[in-house]
Amino acid sequence: MKKILFIEDEPTLQKTLGRALEQEGFEILSALDGEIGITKAKESKPDLILLDLILPKMDGFEVLKRLKENEETKDIPVIILTNLENPEDIEKVLSLGATTYLVKANYDLEEVIDKIKDMLK
Amino acid sequence: MILSQLNFIKECKKYSISLWQCPTFLFVLMGFIIILSILLSYFIASKYISDPLVTALLTLSIAFVLMILGYSIVNGFEKLAEANRLKTEFVNIVAHQLRTPLSAIRWSVGFLLGGKAAHLNSQQYEQIELIQSNVKRLIRLVDDLLDVSRVEQGRIVLKKEKIDLGKLAKEMIEQYSSYARASDISLKLKAEKKLPLISADSEKIKIVLQNLIDNAIRYSKKNGKVQIKLSKENDYIKCEVKDNGVGIPKNEQKYIFRKFFRSSNILRRQTRGTGLGLFITKAFINLHNGRIGFKSEENKGSVFWFELPIAPH
Repeated sequence: MKKILFIEDEPTLQKTLGRALEQEGFEILSALDGEIGITKAKESKPDLILLDLILPKMDGFEVLKRLKENEETKDIPVIILTNLENPEDIEKVLSLGATTYLVKANYDLEEVIDKIKDMLK
Repeated sequence: MILSQLNFIKECKKYSISLWQCPTFLFVLMGFIIILSILLSYFIASKYISDPLVTALLTLSIAFVLMILGYSIVNGFEKLAEANRLKTEFVNIVAHQLRTPLSAIRWSVGFLLGGKAAHLNSQQYEQIELIQSNVKRLIRLVDDLLDVSRVEQGRIVLKKEKIDLGKLAKEMIEQYSSYARASDISLKLKAEKKLPLISADSEKIKIVLQNLIDNAIRYSKKNGKVQIKLSKENDYIKCEVKDNGVGIPKNEQKYIFRKFFRSSNILRRQTRGTGLGLFITKAFINLHNGRIGFKSEENKGSVFWFELPIAPH
């Protein structure tokens, strides 16, 4: 079973997407802030990380940077799932090594799930 | 003079700052004071003052007054600029804060509609679909507000590539075909063969086409016709979106690209809309060094067109 780590501080989103992905047969690990996110990524080596950018304790940019600097986690693909949409932010996370960038408000749940499934094929 | 004074008051009220902080007023006032003080000091100096030192002191004190006045003018400009910055920042923050709960609703509703929670009966399904479409409307509004604030801050970055406008238009027409059918409106594309590519940001041009097609369908009457025509005009590709809908009254045509403007005959029909679409559309076309315009007649219809430069080989 493929493992997905979902780093997101908004519980509603966490629950909804988490549940939907579980129904699709994935194992979901959740982290409500950046620090926990990093710890869980190192501990459980997920197949994919979904990462929000505005997070308590450590923001998504920093989390991404640290994940990519660490030997154990640097090859795990990261999807940025955020509502920020400034061109500078997009450029920044892509240059830091994120695989793709999705603006949450602009996608239906099904579309997000399809993208995740595609990536884990 | 009194009349133009009154105009200043109106102008300054619009900015909601006092007359003594209002640059337009202070600037004219300063002009008058300069002219008056030059004449007066010349007059006084030549008639009553023999000592050049006194004349120098007089000129100096006048210069001092003018400096203070000049300073308050600059201050007034700063206040206006600051107010504008705060407004844009406010819109930005509100928009981002709105997006989080909106995406939460969108996904939760998607969860229900996807049959992931339980099987829904048709009435439940219909109601939830209504929530879905309204949430999407709200998201669209927030997106528009963000685009407007970016346009105003000059923070739009174009990702230009060579694109085929005909292909893009076809895609957009497919996207709108069910909406057009539901509104009993025929939607057709007529494109010249082998049009050259344009150099443009496809996401932005998509929004332009969406806005124009959306408006054309929305403001058409039943059994209306919407036609999109593509042609080559010198160094430009021209796109026309023509409808035979409600049209825009003559006296309102000059406001059509203004932010939040909505035509009165449209408001009567109570169709949805934010009055932001055409403002954004024009800004995007201008950023591409393109041209945009329209022709419209009330009750006969409108043609909105834009031209984008052909990509160099």
